[in-house]
Order: sequence, then C-alpha cells, then structure tokens
Amino acid sequence: MSVIELSWWQLALAALMVVALAACTAAMRLGMSRSLLIAALRTVIQLALVGLVLEALFAAERLVWVVLMALAMLLIAGREVMARQKRRLLGGWAFGIGTLSMFLSSFTVAVLTLTVIIGPEPWYLPQYAIPLLGMLLGNTMTGVALALDRLTDTAWRQRGVIENRLMLGQPWQEAIGDIRREAMRSGLMPMINAMAAAGVVSLPGMMTGQILAGTAPGLAVKYQILIMFAITLGTGFGTLAAVSAGSRRLFDSRERLRLDRLSSPRT
Amino acid sequence: MGSTEPLRLAGVGIGALSEIDLEIAPGEIGCLSGASGSGKSRLLRAVADLEPHDGEVWLGEQAQSQMPGHVWRRQVMLLPAESHWWEDRVGEHFAKRPAESELAVLGFTPDTLEWQVSRLSTGEKQRLGLLRAVSLEPRVLLLDEPTANLDDATSARVEAWLVDRIRSRGWPTLWVAHDRAQIARVASHHWRIAGARLEELEPA
Repeated sequence: MSVIELSWWQLALAALMVVALAACTAAMRLGMSRSLLIAALRTVIQLALVGLVLEALFAAERLVWVVLMALAMLLIAGREVMARQKRRLLGGWAFGIGTLSMFLSSFTVAVLTLTVIIGPEPWYLPQYAIPLLGMLLGNTMTGVALALDRLTDTAWRQRGVIENRLMLGQPWQEAIGDIRREAMRSGLMPMINAMAAAGVVSLPGMMTGQILAGTAPGLAVKYQILIMFAITLGTGFGTLAAVSAGSRRLFDSRERLRLDRLSSPRT
Repeated sequence: MGSTEPLRLAGVGIGALSEIDLEIAPGEIGCLSGASGSGKSRLLRAVADLEPHDGEVWLGEQAQSQMPGHVWRRQVMLLPAESHWWEDRVGEHFAKRPAESELAVLGFTPDTLEWQVSRLSTGEKQRLGLLRAVSLEPRVLLLDEPTANLDDATSARVEAWLVDRIRSRGWPTLWVAHDRAQIARVASHHWRIAGARLEELEPA
C-alpha cells in the first residue's frame, strides 16, 4: 500500500477552514484571529521550505550538510527558548544556557540512538537523523523553555522567601530548592503526560505517520516507544542542565540572590 | 557562654551610604535610626552580605569576604522587618524544637508549632521569626525594627527577652529603631543616618 497523493488544492480546502475559524474568533472579539492566521501562514511557508531542504539533503547524503542542518535547528530552538521566557537572564545567558543544554542532551541522545540502537548505514543517514533530531529538539525545547520560565518567574515572585532563607544561613541550593524542584516538574510534566496517555487517549504523530505510509503497526509501535524514550531522555537531561545552570546564575559567588540579572517582563 | 568578638564595619558603602565605620563590642546594642529611605535596611543587608557593597565587615579576626556567604550569614543573622514562611506548618521552619519556656515568653504554647502558617497574624509572624533566628544561636544579630508590629505590652516583653538574650550570649547587635524611648532603654550606642554618613548621638 502506498500513500494517497495529496494535492495543493486539497490543502487549500483545509486552509479555508482555518480562515473560517479566524473569522469566527474575530466576530467574537477574542483578539486571536491575527496571531492564528500568522501562525498558520508560518506553518505553510516553513514546512514548504523545509521540504525543499530535506529533498536536497536526502539527495546529497553528506555528513557536513546534516551537521549544518542540525546546527541551524539548534540555534532556532535556542532563540525560541529565549523568546518564551517572561523574565530572562540578561547578557546572553538565557540563550546560552538554553542552547547549550539542548545541545548536550538532544545531540547526545540522537547520536547514541542512531549509532547504538537503530544503526542505519551510514549512521547519519538523513532520513533517520533529521526527523529524530527534530522530534528530540522540539520536545526538549518545550521542556527547557517551560522549566526556565518557571524558575525565573517563581524566583522573582518569591524573592522574599529566598532571601529570608539565605538570612537564616541556608546555602543557595537549599534556599532555592523548592523552586528548582517545581521548575524541573513543569519541564518534565508534558512528556510524562504524553507517555501516560500514549495509545489510550492519543495516537502519537510519528506512529500514525508510519502507519499511513504503510508500515506494519507492530513495527511502528516499536519505533514510537523508542522515540518516546529518546525524547524523555533528551527532555529530562536538557531540563536538568538548564535548571542547574539557570539557578546557579541567579546567585553570585557570595551566594546572594541577584534578580538584577533578570530582564523586566515584556508585555 | 557565647562569643566575645566585636563586629566591625570598615569603609562599608551601599546605596547612598559610603565609608561607614563602626564597631560594636560583644553584648552591646548599637541602634541605628534615620528617615525612611535613608538606607538603614540596606546597611543591614550589606553587613549580612545580601547585596554587593564596598568595604569589609569583620567579626573578630574573621573577614566577611574570607568565608562563603552562607557561613557568614549563619553567624551574622539578619532579621528582616517582614519574615517569610515557606512550609505548611510553623514547626517545620525550626531546625530544632524551641523550648516550651522560650515559646511562653513570647506568648506561645507548644501547640503553636502545629499551626498552619497561613493563619498567623503579622505580629505572630514577627515574634516567631525572632524565635526562629535566635534559636539558631548565631554570633551577631542585625534587627530591623523587631517590635514594629506589636502592641505595647507584647513589645515590652519581646524587647526585654531580646536584650536579655543579647547580653547573656554576648552577641554584638545592630538594631534599627524609630522609637526614642526604646533606643534610650536598649542602646549602648546610637547612630543616626545623615546623608552619606552616620553621626553618633548620645544613646539616652
């Protein structure tokens, strides 16, 4: 069985329905229609472009192109992590911590999964490497962004508690311990929920895609489990690294709480 | 018992204040007064090393900059005007259970330790905050208006308890106060903030 061809006019029908939704939200004055339409337009343009890039990449099958593509994805994810924070660390730290922790976790897990577990030939075969890394980065990005946002925002709101704990002689790790735990939790919760609901409430996207493309469900399930675990590892270690580095940066060498290192919130 | 080391500020500068020198002997209370916004609380924060500042603070032969921040603050304990509580129950904030007699002096019973933090009044928080810090047995106290939210009778009791504790343990103490009568009762020294400097007044 091969996939049924989808033509552009069929997509246009779906697009028309999105426009209808935007019209409804505009009519109800919910103030969402503009961002909805812009996001929909971005999806079309970004995915069309990435389709072209992937076709070129698959045809070339060269390590250097795969690496360049991976780096571009990483930098865009780093920018996105920074943009999603209400109060971010100043001086490039928000971008630096987010990007570095995503690099360490996603890239390590992706390379390990490719070389040790799946084992395509060559190991960087773009048909495997790029989608795998994309799924890893996308989820790690969400986890890191949620965790860093929770960390800095809660530290700001609870500055009185943190400083009072410092005054009582607690080391900085203890003074911010509760907040660090909360940040870790909010970074990992989406993935834990996704694993708990997989197959019961939701059919994961990759598995669905493979089944649509004609893969036997048994094999698709195995791939989905592998991906879920890889994503959990990437998100978990990435969030861990980001929360550790981010909370350290909230204190200086004298263990003082330094909220002046956070930007004021953007509206 | 207790420490016998003086607290000394050498050239401390923070905010509008600069080149602050002062020394408080063991068991002595130095009162600090000044208009609101003149930087009394920030000076205490500098002594506790909670904010970047100029100059050095000495506890006997030990310099603030020579030990990790939390080790310094464990000894040089700042009590803020408003105390904060993060666990559910009062007792969970105490490293070791305070003695019944201590609780009684401040108007509490052992039951108090089981209370929910959310039901504490401002005055109760203030008194329990004092007890929480003092029961850690620091070596210096920095008090920011410790009796501000208390009624007259309670205020007198808390003040007497604090002074007794400070004298018996030999803790050098820096005490931010507004009330002239209180300053006259407790102070060995009295400094008032005038611009960027301190001027020393007669305590009584």
